[in-house]
Amino acid sequence: MNIIVMCKSVPDTMDVRFDPDTKTMIRAGVATVINPFDLFAIEEGLRLRERYGGTVTALTMGPAAARRELQDAIAMGCDGAILLSDAAFAGADTWATAYTLAKAIQRIGAVDLVVCGRQAQDGDTGQVGPGVARQLGWAQLTYVSRVREVDPAAGRIVVERLMEDGRQTVAARLPAVLTVLKDANIPRTATLRGVRRAHRAIIPTWGPAEIGADPALLGLAGSPTRVVRVFSPPARAGQVVWLTGATPEDSAEALLTALAQEQLL
Amino acid sequence: MTMAAPLRIDQELCIGCGACVEACPHGALALLAGVASVNERCIACGLCLSACPVEALSLPAPEAPSAAAGASGGVWVWVEQQHTGVAEVSWELLARGRILADACRAELVACVLGAAVDEVAHAAVEHGADRVLQFDSPSLADFRAEAYAHVLRPVVEARQPAIMLFGATTRGRDLAGSLAADLHTGLTADCTELHIDAETGLLVQTRPAYGGNIMATILTPATRPQMATVRPRVFEPAVPVPGRVAPIERLPDTLAEYDLLSQVLAFAPSTSDENLASARVIVAGGKGVGNAEGFGLLSELAALLGGAVGASRAAVDAGWIGYEHQVGQTGRTVRPELYLACGISGAIQHRAGMSTSRVIVAINTDPQAPIFDIATYGIVGDLFQVVPALISALRSRVAADGGVGR
Repeated sequence: MNIIVMCKSVPDTMDVRFDPDTKTMIRAGVATVINPFDLFAIEEGLRLRERYGGTVTALTMGPAAARRELQDAIAMGCDGAILLSDAAFAGADTWATAYTLAKAIQRIGAVDLVVCGRQAQDGDTGQVGPGVARQLGWAQLTYVSRVREVDPAAGRIVVERLMEDGRQTVAARLPAVLTVLKDANIPRTATLRGVRRAHRAIIPTWGPAEIGADPALLGLAGSPTRVVRVFSPPARAGQVVWLTGATPEDSAEALLTALAQEQLL
Repeated sequence: MTMAAPLRIDQELCIGCGACVEACPHGALALLAGVASVNERCIACGLCLSACPVEALSLPAPEAPSAAAGASGGVWVWVEQQHTGVAEVSWELLARGRILADACRAELVACVLGAAVDEVAHAAVEHGADRVLQFDSPSLADFRAEAYAHVLRPVVEARQPAIMLFGATTRGRDLAGSLAADLHTGLTADCTELHIDAETGLLVQTRPAYGGNIMATILTPATRPQMATVRPRVFEPAVPVPGRVAPIERLPDTLAEYDLLSQVLAFAPSTSDENLASARVIVAGGKGVGNAEGFGLLSELAALLGGAVGASRAAVDAGWIGYEHQVGQTGRTVRPELYLACGISGAIQHRAGMSTSRVIVAINTDPQAPIFDIATYGIVGDLFQVVPALISALRSRVAADGGVGR
């Protein structure tokens, strides 16, 4: 089985704030890491390779520096990696990102399975996985909590999906695109051997020409959405009202009185 | 390395103050020879624009909507069915859709998909739809984004709605993601505010990013429909008007099972206790709960309050409770009337999933815990003393007036 795992390079913090007075972003730093949700995708790809054989290739679209995250993916055990990086890709929203990734997957060829994380930690949309599936015309299996079985010969996969109101078991034809949840697995850490291999690995960088993309559909030009304003969320009104009493019973009574006033009882 | 990133910097205007460098979370800006310079990390998010004191930064203006983009254009809402019935968020979307449709003098259309869904179609009319498009097929009985997108796509292309709204649920995100890819149109995820701009008539979509630390306003200027998924419990649901009448159009069943790539083999409904998304009250536990037995205590309190049990990542990772209970960025985003956080410190990832709850109560031994920064009410104390006290006080109230609340 030839498996592609998607991994996005994201800022190593969620503690990004917007200061309305100075109109600047307050941030801890700009160090980047593999999107934490994508670690589950990489792990799932590696486990499927262990069960069914084949290769796992990490794929990302991002700045040249995202090479470091691809090296991290190789250090975890991926066989190779491909970086999609070009000025023409910059400013892409989820549509243009999915288009670019789908074109790259077509170029790689003979792919059986694409595994993505549920969403990216920074953008939080969860739209790229479905977009890639649809652009490729492949089965789309989102919010997967467990891959039950794959039959590469028959071209069939069975997964469990976690929804708000229950678990759906779905069978689909391969090739397919999966987005996995964190309860699918526990991601492994890199081994020393993996780290050494990652440093020796040759990671090709592809641009629009290599993936045969239509320039009009890439980057900002291919993006139907525009961010027009950014601001900090309104603060929660008021400060905490302390209800700590002399005894736990006093605290409990004070809370129930407050909840009754809030019409919550 | 200098590349043609989408951000434009007017080097004449730039005073080299570095405010934009500080503002960029992506490390895409730097000062080179006393002026700002952009590198290939730029994703055109626009966060730097307002930081510049001399307006030296700009992004290309969106193209004007084409004639086709302004065509016909109703406001369409997908009426989502979950195992227990219509998802409440669908009625919330019909209420908001009414306001949007009135603002652009358009028809409010409900899309009802499923097998034998006459009742749902009538309910959509009662909840304010001006028209219902009913797609009825045995192949639509189980939700599959693929099948649903397959039947919706040609109708959307033929009738060209201006706006399409979906709940930001697993099904809604799945379906909207498919359709937007097919239609090459803009989709904005997880919106918490929607209105029509009086001047341009565009749908103004606001959503949180970076786990809720930043809000972004997003437009789809040129393509149609303008698609959005909307978080549950952000808008008030529509109040049904019994006997309300509106046309229900039944569309022909065009779905052939052999066209489809996937097949639903089974569906195992979760217990109501697990359904955090629709819970009015959530009693959640964190590291302070200590073990699986501790969650038994929280379940008891949740049952008395008519609520569900939630958990922080720490508690789930420790194996004390299942992942389906996890609240936060890697779990579910919830917005109950009451969120009772017991022994939860309130890491930013957890707050991202619950900070918009109406009333937040925090019980923690550490008065410095960040959860108290967003709590409405706080109790500094041991949850193993306070929660049992709450349980017995609630029990005695039940005994006294024969029932607690609704």
